[in-house]
Amino acid sequence: MIALSDYLLFGSILFMISMAGIFLNRKNVIILLMSIELLLLAVNTNLIAFSYYLNDVTGQIFVFFILTVAAAEAAIGLAIIVLVFRNRKSINVDDLDSLKG
Amino acid sequence: MDLHTLLLAILLLPLFGSIAAGLFGRQLGRKWSHRVATFGVGIATILSAYNFWLFNFAGHEVYNASVYTWLVSDGIKFEIGFLIDSLSSTMMLVVTFVSTMVHIYTIGYMDHDEDYGHDDPYYQRFFSYISLFTFSMLSLVMANNFLQLFFGWEAVGLVSYLLIGFYMKRESAIQANLKAFLVNRVGDFGFLLGIAIVVMYFNTLDYAEFFAGLDAHKDTTISFFPGTEWSMITAMCLLLFVGAMGKSAQMPLHVWLPESMEGPTPISALIHAATMVTAGIFMVARLSPAYEMSEAALSTIMIIGATTAFMMGMLGIVQEDIKRVVAYSTLSQLGYMTAALGASAYAVSMFHVFTHAFFKALLFLAAGSVIVAMHHHQDIRKMGGLYKYMPITYGSMLIGSLALIGFPGFSGFFSKDSILLGLERSDVFGSGYALSLLLIGVFVSAFYSFRMFFIVFHGKESEYVKTHEIKESPWVITLPLVLLVIPSVLLGLPLVEGILSGSYFADAITIHPENDVLMKVYTEYYHGVWAMITHSFVSLPVILALSGVFLAWFLYIAKPELPAKIKNLCPRGNWVLKNSYGFDRFNEIVFTAGTKKLGTFFTNVIDIKTIDIGMVKNTFMAVANSAGAMRLAQTGYLYHYAFVMIFSLLAMLAWVMW
Amino acid sequence: MTFLEVIFYLLASIAIISGLMMISIKNPVQAALWLVLGFIATAGIWITAQAEFLGLVLILVYVGALMVLFLFVVMMLDVNITQIKERFTAYLPLGILTSIAIFAIMYMVIGPDRYGVDQMPVPKSMPADFSNTKLLAIPLYTEHAYAFVLAAVLLLVGIVAAITLTLRRRAPSVVLYQDIDKQVKVQRNDRFKIIKMDAVVEEDVKPIDEDEEGKK
Repeated sequence: MIALSDYLLFGSILFMISMAGIFLNRKNVIILLMSIELLLLAVNTNLIAFSYYLNDVTGQIFVFFILTVAAAEAAIGLAIIVLVFRNRKSINVDDLDSLKG
Repeated sequence: MDLHTLLLAILLLPLFGSIAAGLFGRQLGRKWSHRVATFGVGIATILSAYNFWLFNFAGHEVYNASVYTWLVSDGIKFEIGFLIDSLSSTMMLVVTFVSTMVHIYTIGYMDHDEDYGHDDPYYQRFFSYISLFTFSMLSLVMANNFLQLFFGWEAVGLVSYLLIGFYMKRESAIQANLKAFLVNRVGDFGFLLGIAIVVMYFNTLDYAEFFAGLDAHKDTTISFFPGTEWSMITAMCLLLFVGAMGKSAQMPLHVWLPESMEGPTPISALIHAATMVTAGIFMVARLSPAYEMSEAALSTIMIIGATTAFMMGMLGIVQEDIKRVVAYSTLSQLGYMTAALGASAYAVSMFHVFTHAFFKALLFLAAGSVIVAMHHHQDIRKMGGLYKYMPITYGSMLIGSLALIGFPGFSGFFSKDSILLGLERSDVFGSGYALSLLLIGVFVSAFYSFRMFFIVFHGKESEYVKTHEIKESPWVITLPLVLLVIPSVLLGLPLVEGILSGSYFADAITIHPENDVLMKVYTEYYHGVWAMITHSFVSLPVILALSGVFLAWFLYIAKPELPAKIKNLCPRGNWVLKNSYGFDRFNEIVFTAGTKKLGTFFTNVIDIKTIDIGMVKNTFMAVANSAGAMRLAQTGYLYHYAFVMIFSLLAMLAWVMW
Repeated sequence: MTFLEVIFYLLASIAIISGLMMISIKNPVQAALWLVLGFIATAGIWITAQAEFLGLVLILVYVGALMVLFLFVVMMLDVNITQIKERFTAYLPLGILTSIAIFAIMYMVIGPDRYGVDQMPVPKSMPADFSNTKLLAIPLYTEHAYAFVLAAVLLLVGIVAAITLTLRRRAPSVVLYQDIDKQVKVQRNDRFKIIKMDAVVEEDVKPIDEDEEGKK
């Protein structure tokens, strides 16, 4: 039998991995974006698991909307990366430090 | 015209004249300005005379009413109101009458001025000020509450300040008016504290309610410092008297009055002799029910007054400036009035205020007439033998001086003699001391008055008089002199009986029977006016006065070389008198230098070191430094922010779990 | 261990391994491919949780569309891979430590102690003809219709934003654009003019009579 905790722990492991990806990766903004996708996936897994075990379809509907938003976000994020590259000829995270105080 | 309108008209007509001359002086021109101002004050005088008749002869009962309520705060009403009785109605008549005389006199006196061009509106401004002064003094006198009293008190102080500094192009005038203002602030501070005690304990500003509440507070004590208990009424009376000391120039707050002679002479006559400086005397007389309850306060007042009377009279002997001689005699006379207040002889004190107002105004205006004739020179050493050039001035000066020294029959005689008689019968602590000082003061004042008189009008003609054309002043100057001569001579005769018997001020002044020295004088001594005059010729004061006159004649007419010798004989005494006992030096060293040092301390230590550097600079340095430190955290790298977020998430999770 | 469990743990390991590979690999193209694998494995896990429709959508939308978009961008940007030198080892221990710490806390919260089989029994399996799509569709189009429309608008905004951001208008001297408005509005007179001219007649040239001169 697969317990609910198995799904949840799987989701949290994915979450940890993508979080580590966000701050370990300092070369490529695209991989950063991919990590965010993975992060959302982990959250979605949680929702689906609860929806299954609590027998409530609303969780799945939530996942549906999250997917929509994530898709839009990825599209815009990629557009921004394209712009950054066009202006700076680089998508190296270390080069993007104009916010430095 | 009902009484309410009458009083309002008396009060507001001078204000109207002041506004017209002050704000529209240029449009009105010189002639119309002085016409409007003099007209306003003149009408007010006529109305005051009617009012005086109403209250003192027609037997109108005391009028006490509020005109306007400004605001009510916590049950305390801030009102404008009139309390008219024999005291205030008499004072009103004196103020308006002297003011009218001064207005007329000013037309001649201020006609030409060295400091200002003919087209300069100084002339209109002057009229505006003196009319404003009349208004302020009237509101002080007519007040039925402490608020209005204080308003008038400060307003006359303001006008006094403006007028002492009227010759604003002269350094000395500016110094003098600053000094007058600051010294008066000291007095006013005490006065304000006194009013604060009134409000604190009586919860009212109204005289009538205040008087009604006095009995209940007979034994109330007040504690200024822990462990000291003072009688509240004594403390209040003394604090209010500090205000009177400032305004009426009692020692040690007298230092401003001699310097106020920097102002134009009409002002010296009106403000610094006849009316404003008597405000303190008036205030104490007005609050007689309170002062009657505190023997300590009365005693203090008497000692201060007598000391002032004697010491300031001594200073009059060595003055060379004609106005300063008169100024010191004013100080001395104010001392007499104050001493009389201390003996509970309020009525006589006020009596002396009235007679003094007339004869001192007369003396000042006559001195001003001399100054005009001398082309604005004031040094008596430059004068001499003027009597043949200006007979009217000579005559009026003589009459004024006789009234001042208390020559029997003149108005000053009655008031001054009554004061001395009253003190003789007083048994307040210090009355013996006061009486002896005042008796010597009589001699001294006779001496310095006639010293000045002889030097100016008799004696040898000086070089200046010989080389310059000296002529009698125009009629606008001599007319007020003549008009003032009349009350200076005659005022005492009709009033003295009413004053001594206590019937004149019966409705205004409260005296405890055991303190009532005047009643003793009246029953033991007084047997009619003529008896008083004839008897006085063998009494001590008149003998002292006449010997003073004789000594003056001897030293300055018979043997004019003697004074210089005496001066050389006792240089130290001369030095002390010339420097006015060193009050000015003392103030300079202690207060001026002390204040400067304190100010330097506050600037350097408190302001610069504590506030500027300690608080302000350190604050922004701290902000800048911490911002610089926090700036290091703003690396601009995405992964640093992400790490901080995640680490915070960890911390928060851990916190929730625990 | 049932078959389902085997499938679950297999897919879970694949997903976790591909996630680790994704964040650690240097080449972004390979990272994207690892992510695709992770998505596919996760889709399988969703299906084990009886969310068939969403699992399929994940594969179709994410793997089919989004990851292709990623790959497209990665390749288009022509990033010099050799230039990308890794430096993350300096932060690696700290990152691992933090992640493990968070995971440990998460384990305490959502571990088997609270969400094990005993606390949350496994629901009964649905019959074979049960339609997860229908189950999802009915509330989506009834209860959540408004949110559904909003999501559509959001996608439209995303499209517009992405295009606007990346659109680059170059100067007309470099690139010629078609202006359809102008093309439609054009009139005959804008294109050519008819000019009227007088006809030109050639003058007759008098032939020089050489012979006559010669005669003279």
